[in-house]
Amino acid sequence: MSSGKTLLDKIWDAHVVRPESETTPAILYIDLHLVHEVTSPQAFSELRARGLNVRRPERTLSTFDHSTPTLPADAKGQRAYVTAEAASQVAQLETNTKEFGVELHGWDSAHRGIVHVIGPELGATQPGMTIVCGDSHTSTHGAFGALAFGIGTTEVGHVLATQCLLQRKPKSFAINVHGKLQPGVTAKDLVLHIIGTIGVNGGTGYVLEYRGDTIDALSMEERMTVCNMSIEAGARAGLIAPDAKTFEYLKGRNRSPQGAAWDHAIAAWSALKSDRDAHFDRDVNIDASKIHPSITYGTHPGMVTTLDALVPAAANAQERRALDYMQVQAGKSMLGTPVDIVFLGSCTNSRLSDLRAAADLLRGHHVASRVRMLVVPGSEQIKRDAEKEGLHETFRNAGAEWREAGCSMCLGMNGDIGKPGQLVVSTSNRNFEGRQGPGVRTVLASPLVAVASAIAGQIADPRELMAEAAA
Amino acid sequence: MKPLTHIHSRTVVLPHENIDTDRIIPARFLTTTERTGLGKSLFNDWRYRADGTPDPDFALNKPEARGCEILVAGRNFGCGSSREHAPWALLDFGIRAVLSSEIADIFRGNALKNGLLAVVLSESEHAYLLAHPGIELTIDVAGGFIELPDGGRFTFELESFARHCLLSGVDQLGFIMQNASAIDAFEQKREAA
Repeated sequence: MSSGKTLLDKIWDAHVVRPESETTPAILYIDLHLVHEVTSPQAFSELRARGLNVRRPERTLSTFDHSTPTLPADAKGQRAYVTAEAASQVAQLETNTKEFGVELHGWDSAHRGIVHVIGPELGATQPGMTIVCGDSHTSTHGAFGALAFGIGTTEVGHVLATQCLLQRKPKSFAINVHGKLQPGVTAKDLVLHIIGTIGVNGGTGYVLEYRGDTIDALSMEERMTVCNMSIEAGARAGLIAPDAKTFEYLKGRNRSPQGAAWDHAIAAWSALKSDRDAHFDRDVNIDASKIHPSITYGTHPGMVTTLDALVPAAANAQERRALDYMQVQAGKSMLGTPVDIVFLGSCTNSRLSDLRAAADLLRGHHVASRVRMLVVPGSEQIKRDAEKEGLHETFRNAGAEWREAGCSMCLGMNGDIGKPGQLVVSTSNRNFEGRQGPGVRTVLASPLVAVASAIAGQIADPRELMAEAAA
Repeated sequence: MKPLTHIHSRTVVLPHENIDTDRIIPARFLTTTERTGLGKSLFNDWRYRADGTPDPDFALNKPEARGCEILVAGRNFGCGSSREHAPWALLDFGIRAVLSSEIADIFRGNALKNGLLAVVLSESEHAYLLAHPGIELTIDVAGGFIELPDGGRFTFELESFARHCLLSGVDQLGFIMQNASAIDAFEQKREAA
């Protein structure tokens, strides 16, 4: 029986250089390769050792974000790298991109920032593309209807040298989401709920396609938040079919098609959706209207509950260990847990709309004296845009630190970390043990929950503040 | 990559589920620009106490773990980031095979590309290995089976090309480059459209 094609099928089929067989994977063509300082140096070394060039430098775009300090340069232009090795890693990317002719958004660029923030911002991320990066959160770009996934450094070398990858086709998984999100419930709460529903390994081997009226109603930035965390359910990629919002977002950006090419692109992009009779290997239905503001209580993103629920009992020894690490008790609410640090940033929640929502809630309040709050915009461009609106003043007046763009505390590579035992309410994507510093306890939440918790000095429900503001 | 045909070793067991790449190698060790020397940082925050001394209770620090080349790990090993530093650190430490009931996609791909065998066993076989730490196994990559001391066998599936690459030490970049004319043709066709 023949059936229609999924969006995954359509993008995959358009990029097969050599089809897969029983004995060999497909050779898949890559339209856009994003490169950063951490996962690329060994790949450039490999090219150098083999005497190879970058095959398509114009399809390669680089920036540094992971090892970079988020404090501004001092009067002498010196930046506070966490170690000499971190500084040298960034310098290595500058050398490599210069030598191989790859575009770099470095310290002097208005677009330096988190690699998954700047791809869309520059219009480099486009529907129907295959996009890879040596970074698992490459899934973010799926919000534009691009097949985008993380790869390792060996594969970074493959793409630099050949613009291709050896791949077996993943399976498809439809995440059907219907209903209206309640006030105070964000895209972050939605994706945490989805991960809690299918599990941290529920997406292993699959590409997730988010569908339904809830997804249609999300803004592009919200869609990026959702696709970003596909990997936290084990899926290398998440996809959302492009629509008028996608086109509107991309129109006029640096790398977007212009003039007649734009009209041609819109026509092609409009066909990028799963056919009505497409068959998915798996599917799940989510009622978005029932989702409440969510928060993690354990040491992986699937250990998630809602603010008005109690921490569930540990199901096994691992979960008991996680509750011990988090100093959390089953049967109790997460509300009221003392907070030491609030981190607003990361490729999940550092875009202008996240900063606006956070600032709106924070305005007129002050961060509790026990809390250190870091606000780290996703890119230099977002930082500038936010400053134009005066958002930085709102954050600073409330006692928060306004930083330079980068990954920062999401993974703590640049020295932005907490102290052992501290509790961080973080808008990032991973609450693994030690992710934000050895012994640090991470609670993942939306920007709204993060701000409410910063003000209260303890985990708090943003809906109370929102009601107060509306009154 | 050196060919990998057999592994004969005792096992070391980490039964924890969802061992993520931050546990395997924390991000602060990723500022290196080399592939080598990461073994000393493997499982760093688990393996060493706050004062930097090895934690004697951690499985890989026990005397019986010395020289073990097979790691049996809880379900969903290697979840999290795409850092290839994770398999590099395991290999540098001396691990040549990871066995679990589920292994994260990106980690598994990275491992196999570096000659680290990463294979999935059935729940019951996995449970047996978790319950028998230190058991001596022989892994036959070509045959796709693991031989137990009593002669019993656990079979495993391995993607055919990955198996071929492990057995013959195939250079995958070289393999793609042999298809250069197909890549040229693909690009020309696309640009003409």
